[in-house]
Amino acid sequence: MATTETMTLNMGPQHPSTHGVLRLVLELDGEVITKITPHIGYLHRGVEKLSEHRTYHQILPLTDRLDYLAPMSNNLGYILAVEKLMAVEVPERAETIRIIMTELTRLESHLVWIACHALDIGAMTVFIYAFRERETVMEIYELISGARMTSNFYRVGGLSQDVPDEFVKKVSDFIDVMPGYLDQYEGLLTTNPIWLKRTVGNGVISAEDAIDFGITGPALRGSGVDWDLRRDNPYSGYEKYQFKVPVGENCDTFDRYKVRLIEMREACKIVRQGLDRLKPGPVLADYPQVCYPPKENVYNSIEGLIHHFKIASEGFPAPEGEVYQGIEAPKGELGFYIVSDGGNKPERLRIRPPSFVNLQAIEKMAKGSMIADLVAVIGTLDIVLGEIDR
Amino acid sequence: MAENNRAVLQLKEKFAASIINVVEFRGEVTVTVKKDAIIEILSFLKQSLQYNLLTDLTAVDYLGRKEERFMLVYLLYSIPNKDRLRIKTPVAEADCSIPSATQVWRTANWLEREVFDLFGITFENHPDLRRILMKDDWVGHPLRKDYPLQGPDREPYKGRLS
Repeated sequence: MATTETMTLNMGPQHPSTHGVLRLVLELDGEVITKITPHIGYLHRGVEKLSEHRTYHQILPLTDRLDYLAPMSNNLGYILAVEKLMAVEVPERAETIRIIMTELTRLESHLVWIACHALDIGAMTVFIYAFRERETVMEIYELISGARMTSNFYRVGGLSQDVPDEFVKKVSDFIDVMPGYLDQYEGLLTTNPIWLKRTVGNGVISAEDAIDFGITGPALRGSGVDWDLRRDNPYSGYEKYQFKVPVGENCDTFDRYKVRLIEMREACKIVRQGLDRLKPGPVLADYPQVCYPPKENVYNSIEGLIHHFKIASEGFPAPEGEVYQGIEAPKGELGFYIVSDGGNKPERLRIRPPSFVNLQAIEKMAKGSMIADLVAVIGTLDIVLGEIDR
Repeated sequence: MAENNRAVLQLKEKFAASIINVVEFRGEVTVTVKKDAIIEILSFLKQSLQYNLLTDLTAVDYLGRKEERFMLVYLLYSIPNKDRLRIKTPVAEADCSIPSATQVWRTANWLEREVFDLFGITFENHPDLRRILMKDDWVGHPLRKDYPLQGPDREPYKGRLS
């Protein structure tokens, strides 16, 4: 008599469709998955531990390296948490530039998502196209911060420097052409029978389960929960902008795809509104106990130099207390929880990573499906291992 | 104000004996409660007050600063009401365990594993309590204050970190 047994298959950590160093141990019955055990931590760098030994300004560069596909979103979350702790008011121009850059970051992150997601499912062309557009965002990053990924551009109280003159034209040109490119991607995917076969009905998770698993961001909205922190708990001046929050219905990979595409179109509109609001003015708050002095003072006056030296070497003491700031990062709710004991370094800095929490639902979403569908689920969850492992 | 917060009012009425204190700082309300009532309070908040999303679960190590060394932090969010609430509960080093919140939210599973891994706090009735970020045979709990920054058995860093 023939006997059957399940097979254990190791997937990753070096596997092109696990988006980094994610390792999954799969239990298979034929090609059907009966159990998924994720193993994470291959990229653990101890960011939270390191932060306890650095001043508030020195932690900022570490946050670039969390979700390395959306560095300015991480910067914003951290900076807003520190500003809440210190009760710093940010000048309007700095706030507007932050919103422009954060929305461009959302576009960039979603571009990488659509590129890799489509590539995993077999649509090579979209990958090439989306990376072409991402390049423009990288150029804008380089223009204003000098770096393509590790931007480190925001500062407590504003920005490290004002943007150069060509910034507005470059951003404006980009968001003029971007909706056309989005139409192009949609033309390649939305009605493509292979794409539909691979995504419709794949990775279904009900709204109730999604909330129970703590899923946030586009993945939650794809399950029909109308909730966006930018609209519902506005931060950094988002209440002044008009945008739609897309919501899916069928809780599957295709709906999450549609939600993210609409989010990209809305991001273009927010950037346009930001450009219209951009007025000349200071980009750093006048709060010398906390903020760095403007660069021209540092170079031209001894007082400015001493001020800079003091802030850079000692930092600033924060009041005793604890704050949490959550933002709508491209992948979900990114939160920073700071506990201060009154010193110049945080007693504890906790990063609430959206990818880490979202990844937990993978077994719920992919159990009982084929391995190829698991690849689509990893793509639709849009995880980044730098953020999961920290 | 913290006194008028909808959750604080209800909690004071229902669990008066278990509340240690209520603090408001920068508009955020934190309620510190006793450890033995934690699951009851969390279930009540979820079922009766619509705090349906467990945003985060973490711990803080107050080595040498507080009588009870660890503080567990639960960050709740209510999607229908769009407000946040922070619940904290002290955990002593001598009795380093707390009932698991996985029965209330499935999110708690990995978040508790992380706290177990990095702080060494055990969770009773957790379905799968293993290390998550560090490897299985790792010795020590890196986020504890007495764990050296450069790692165990290494020459301490002599330069300045700030």
